Amino acid sequence: MAAPGATSIDTAAAHIAGATALADWLVIAPVALPILGGALLLMVRHRTRVHAVLAFLFLFASFLSSAFLLARVVSEGPLVMTMGRWLPPFGITFNADVLGATFATAATFVATVAAVFALRDINVTGRRYGFYSFLLLMVAGVDGAFLTGDIFNLYVWFEVFVISSFGLLVLGSERRQIDGATKYAVLNLVATTVFLITTGMLYGTFGTLNMADIARKAEGLRETGPLMTIATLYLLAFGMKAAAFPLNYWLPASYHTPRIVTSALFGGLLTKVGIYALLRTMMTLFPVEREVLSGLIGWIAVATMLLGILGALAQSDVRRIIGFVVISGIGVMLSGLALGTPLGVTGTILYAVHSILVMTALYLLAGLMHEAGGSYSLHETAGLYRSHPLLAAMALLLVLAAAGLPPLSGLWPKVMLVKASIESGAWWLASAILVSSILTVIALGRVFALSFWRMDAGETVERTDAERAISPGAGYGVLAALIVPAIAIGVYPEPFLRLAAAAAAGLADPASYLDAVFPPGGGS
Amino acid sequence: MRTVIFRTTAPYLTSLMVLFSVFVLLRGHNEPGGGFIGGLIAASAFAIYGIACGVAPVRRALYFHPMGLAGFGLFLSAMSGFVSLAKGVPFLTGIWTSVNLFGVSLDLSTILFFDIGVYFVVVGSITSIALALEERERD
Repeated sequence: MAAPGATSIDTAAAHIAGATALADWLVIAPVALPILGGALLLMVRHRTRVHAVLAFLFLFASFLSSAFLLARVVSEGPLVMTMGRWLPPFGITFNADVLGATFATAATFVATVAAVFALRDINVTGRRYGFYSFLLLMVAGVDGAFLTGDIFNLYVWFEVFVISSFGLLVLGSERRQIDGATKYAVLNLVATTVFLITTGMLYGTFGTLNMADIARKAEGLRETGPLMTIATLYLLAFGMKAAAFPLNYWLPASYHTPRIVTSALFGGLLTKVGIYALLRTMMTLFPVEREVLSGLIGWIAVATMLLGILGALAQSDVRRIIGFVVISGIGVMLSGLALGTPLGVTGTILYAVHSILVMTALYLLAGLMHEAGGSYSLHETAGLYRSHPLLAAMALLLVLAAAGLPPLSGLWPKVMLVKASIESGAWWLASAILVSSILTVIALGRVFALSFWRMDAGETVERTDAERAISPGAGYGVLAALIVPAIAIGVYPEPFLRLAAAAAAGLADPASYLDAVFPPGGGS
Repeated sequence: MRTVIFRTTAPYLTSLMVLFSVFVLLRGHNEPGGGFIGGLIAASAFAIYGIACGVAPVRRALYFHPMGLAGFGLFLSAMSGFVSLAKGVPFLTGIWTSVNLFGVSLDLSTILFFDIGVYFVVVGSITSIALALEERERD
């Protein structure tokens, strides 16, 4: 151990001068709090009674800190903290702008709500196997990906949430879960490996991993460096994570196998991290390369949204249908990225927030339908409208939301994306969005018609767990907590539109993002 | 594997390796070593003990569940980052202090506690994997 006085190297020049205000810790809190909570839960893993309470407290605290972070970022611009006081680009920077903070707030909100739903879905065995620890660590990974300003650190957070998601997937160790988890694990590891290799190439070209530094240096390297290759490889890696066609086959193979609350979290959060990473790399780091790739991204978007929703039409398992609806939504989000105009990117961001809320709610709805009707299959459930009218009302709202019909949150982002496509002359993109919306109405309307409206299923299912539906009130409350913000976005969209527009503006013109990391006139 | 020679030497080997792992952990600040490699050495010590004498004695000797140890390590590492909150510097900044213990001045830092946390994470996770594999073999 070296004494501090004995080291003759003066590191003051490499350090950030000045104190860090307490409020700056907001940028790290949404990541650090879930990690602390996950570690604490591992230590008390045998006391399963306290798990849910502790997990809820930590998740709610990280939701509050993300919300405060968002409020601060909106009013004062991007918030930066560089770990260990080293000057960027050497220290690892956390850099929250409106986009990252918005996504982090939505993600932690959904995770908090899902933790409440897990009370009824995860039994004591699941808790002992560490459901809540995995949940907290996954949230830490997702938040870290949204808030970090360093591309290698982004890779690390991808690994954190992917590994936690493996744990969540196999919880229960059923045969089909292992089957789904193997496909999920292998294909996700391929994607993260491509991500890692590309990041290696990027480091070889730029000599830096700090995203603001990369964006700053990209202009000078465009003539000599293989930036086009790097951007294309990132499109491949993140497209695979986001489940974009033709690399989306892992999602329908695995998302219907775990516990329903796990499916809900995956459908709500994980693919959106891929979309976030695509937005960040394509819009902030490689805008010129995105321009070149925009035609390709556009066709990927069309194929993803149409083939995804066609897949949903062919299924009869509610969870599989929702899995394909998630994929179709990814296509809609990619269309905004393909356009690259402020309006298009605003639509993508708002659609991502809508998708985080509504896809989670759809999976939870499937769980409640399973409790009410005894089966996930459309052939076996019927008459839920008569026995569970409240559930039917919520289901109808969610169908409207997912299809992009008023008065729910899906409408505005789709309107913006269609308008942006027409403005850019991409009529094919606009018509694909509209066609996919109609098909979504059909696919989810089919669920509603068969499970809720139909009076009698041809084949009745043996109800072995008829009395299992303990306190349906809690499940309805959780679903309502997700639907209310979706209605709010639909009915009173002004503040949300402004937020998404601010996020898109920060992406398109990263000057304030760069200035936050490298203050003008200061240091490097 | 459970020969008399192995079973007799394993406890000594294990205690020596655990001692050495602590040494490696502490010297790791400025020289080769550190929490990760120290943790690996300790985990292999427990694995050897498990191969020689069975899994149950290892679990008894560890007292805490290995996953609990890993959780403690993660908690310690994360908390060592929060010390900088009191000093008004960014997360994970190294903070040094000197403690006078029986006339010897001992330098302590948050980096040391971070590394001890890493040590526990590695010991806990690798040991629980190793013990689970050894248990499966016996069934």
